[in-house]
Amino acid sequence: MTSYLPPSERIWWKVPVGKQEVIWIGIALIWCLIMFFMMPYWHLFGKQNLSNEAYQTTPAKFQARVDEMVAQYQVGEEAGIPIVRPPAGSDVYLLGRLWQWYPILELEKDQSYRIHLSSMDWQHGFSLQPVNINLQIVPGYEMVVTMTPDQAGDYAIVCNEYCGIGHHAMLGKIYVKEN
Amino acid sequence: MAQFRVCPDSGFYFDKSAESLMKVNAIAGAVSLLIAGILAIGVILTRWQEVHLLPADLFYQALTGHGINALIFWIIFFEIAILYFASSTLLRTRLAAPKWAWLGFILMVVGAVMNNVAVAQGNSSVMMTSYAPMQAEPHFYLGLILFAVGALIGVFVFFGTLVIAKDDQTYEGSVPLVTFGAITAAIIAVFTIASGAVILVPTFLWSIGYINHIDAEMYRIIWWGLGHSSQQINVAAHVSVWYLLAGILFGARPMSEKVSRTAFLLYILFLQLACAHHILVDPGISSEWKVFNTSYAMYLAVLASMIHGLTVPGAMEVAQREKGLTKGLFEWLRKAPWGNPVFSGFFFSLVIFGFIGGITGVVMGTEQINLIIHNTIYVPAHFHATVAVGTTLAFMALTYLLIPVLFRRSLFLPWVAKMQPYVFSAGMTIMILFMLGAGTLGVSRRHWDMDFTGAALSFEYPGTAYMMMAVGGIGGVLGILGGAMYLLVTVGSLVFGKKLEPSAGLFQSFGVPLSSGSYNIQQPERLPMAPKLAVEQHGSAGFEAPGTFVLAMALLVSFVVYYFINWDYLASVWPLS
Ligand code: HEM
Ligand SMILES: [Cu+2]
Ligand SMILES: [Cu+2]
Repeated sequence: MTSYLPPSERIWWKVPVGKQEVIWIGIALIWCLIMFFMMPYWHLFGKQNLSNEAYQTTPAKFQARVDEMVAQYQVGEEAGIPIVRPPAGSDVYLLGRLWQWYPILELEKDQSYRIHLSSMDWQHGFSLQPVNINLQIVPGYEMVVTMTPDQAGDYAIVCNEYCGIGHHAMLGKIYVKEN
Repeated sequence: MAQFRVCPDSGFYFDKSAESLMKVNAIAGAVSLLIAGILAIGVILTRWQEVHLLPADLFYQALTGHGINALIFWIIFFEIAILYFASSTLLRTRLAAPKWAWLGFILMVVGAVMNNVAVAQGNSSVMMTSYAPMQAEPHFYLGLILFAVGALIGVFVFFGTLVIAKDDQTYEGSVPLVTFGAITAAIIAVFTIASGAVILVPTFLWSIGYINHIDAEMYRIIWWGLGHSSQQINVAAHVSVWYLLAGILFGARPMSEKVSRTAFLLYILFLQLACAHHILVDPGISSEWKVFNTSYAMYLAVLASMIHGLTVPGAMEVAQREKGLTKGLFEWLRKAPWGNPVFSGFFFSLVIFGFIGGITGVVMGTEQINLIIHNTIYVPAHFHATVAVGTTLAFMALTYLLIPVLFRRSLFLPWVAKMQPYVFSAGMTIMILFMLGAGTLGVSRRHWDMDFTGAALSFEYPGTAYMMMAVGGIGGVLGILGGAMYLLVTVGSLVFGKKLEPSAGLFQSFGVPLSSGSYNIQQPERLPMAPKLAVEQHGSAGFEAPGTFVLAMALLVSFVVYYFINWDYLASVWPLS
């Protein structure tokens, strides 16, 4: 009756609010604050956080970094893509381009690596499976994430940002070895 | 010159030109939904891996068209109709500048057609987000720009109509809550379209070679200023529709005008925020900004939705209890008109939006949790709960109400209409739940082939992921059937439905005014304030709506449990810093 008629009280903002609504608003507000503070809490005590480290770059500059690393640490090749084994704790460069992640990485379990990610062309999505870590890869930007693989195994990088007709075939690999 | 008619069944007054504009906008919306629905068949049957219907190029093309027609054209055309209803009809006033309103409508139609043509030609399969530097044909962007300009004109006609109502004093006291909600939606729309212009105009210039570079990250940030706040328009609009339907069905009054209006105000205050939840895992964006922005400054817009989540069903419960349905906690709900699609559509929209859409949205919008969800099929699952059920089903329910009132036709195949909200909700819920599950297993969105055919390297998703996509596919097909039932009933009613007015012919269904004799009212009587509340109290222990309170607590408990389950899942992935 009244939701689509003018309020029955001219001064509707002075009508007292019922007990039930006050209680609910109180509970909901507390929950909202808990959810809000969970995020800073996790920055302090949680283990999965993104750094804010990122740089502007160009495809050419980033490609040069990748090539340098490949030249230095290549240990093999698979399907025409070099396999690279960078030292633990080092800076690792991984690029996405139509339609490939380059190169293949071989990492050691429980070691940390500073992984630099960028795109040579369009946007791509770094989706590490089956762990399920997902990052947006944007051309012109170099994102740095320190990753610490805590389980040995073969991992795939699925591209999960649409990047044209070959998008579904854009797979990469990360091998994590026991040390 | 008399220009109003009164609907003898509902008592609503219709201004002659507003009436035609509401009709054409609603119909253009339904046509867009039809296109989106046809394309959905291709999309869902391709994602169901065992069927894998379309080749890659057609799949991406269909997905682009599906997203744009459903999310942009269907919803916004329908929202313009709602704005005209909430101003002209609810306030009993003439529409401001009908010529401008027609111009806006024509621009929207031209824009929508142009964009659809671009997508159909095949060189613009860039998805509705059209992320730079992937480029579509210029008329893809131009179509969207024209559509947005047209919509903006519609929004200004709405504001103009409010001014006329105020000047002519067509109502007493303050505007009704439903109109207030529509104002919220319209204000947000102005912001949204402004962001849209800031991003789409340069992108268009870039596509014709006038600008040679668009920064990809800048594009994402501004695009989501548009993309996100446009979702807040939808929320404000469908919450207003919920209040309207609760009012019409049950005579429900807001439990507290102050609380409901403040909640709408929170949407306006905090919506410019929250574009961040789409870019939580992007490079170069500081955590402090992300935390503040993704939570809309401490979740105050979420708080607003939680408030409406209580007050909408609460208003209904109070009204039902006043009618004597006071037994136990839930007699008011059990004895609701479950066979009336206006009610069942409204109620399922509310429940699925709140329980599935709301909870998953907040969870995946949490800064760190987004790491395990970004761009997986979980994301489309979430927004099908919000827009494809929440908004769309609310609008469907409203359509069933408008067919007799606005179009003056009775429902065609009423038993189909009666089943429709059930079929649509069941199908969509199955699709949503299983796609949420598949997303948790890492299946990505906008992805043609989970087998990675032709890739140099290989990867296999677990069997459960395939199973989930298949069950989701079955749900999707059922959802499409539900959508088809809606279109069958609406189009059928406009063409074959029994005329409730002798002059409500075929042309009249599509926007031509009724016979001039129907508009025999110069100016409707002034809209009175709602009658004062009888002081009687129902419910128990000072709780006016105890059943609703129990439902709200159930929502909260599910929310808390699911929220922490996701933190727990996050804690199990590789440490990152
Ligand atoms: C009627 C049944 C529907 C089915 C079966 C369906 C199915 C789907 C599926 C499976 C996807 C995701 C595909 C992928 O990312 O790979 C999708 C995307 C989408 N759907 Fe629907 N949908 C339906 C209705 C709707 C409605 C009513 C709306 C909006 C009001 C909607 C809006 C969207 C949008 C915006 C996208 C995202 C497109 C993109 O990623 O660019 N859908 N739909
Ligand atoms: Cu891709
Ligand atoms: Cu958003």
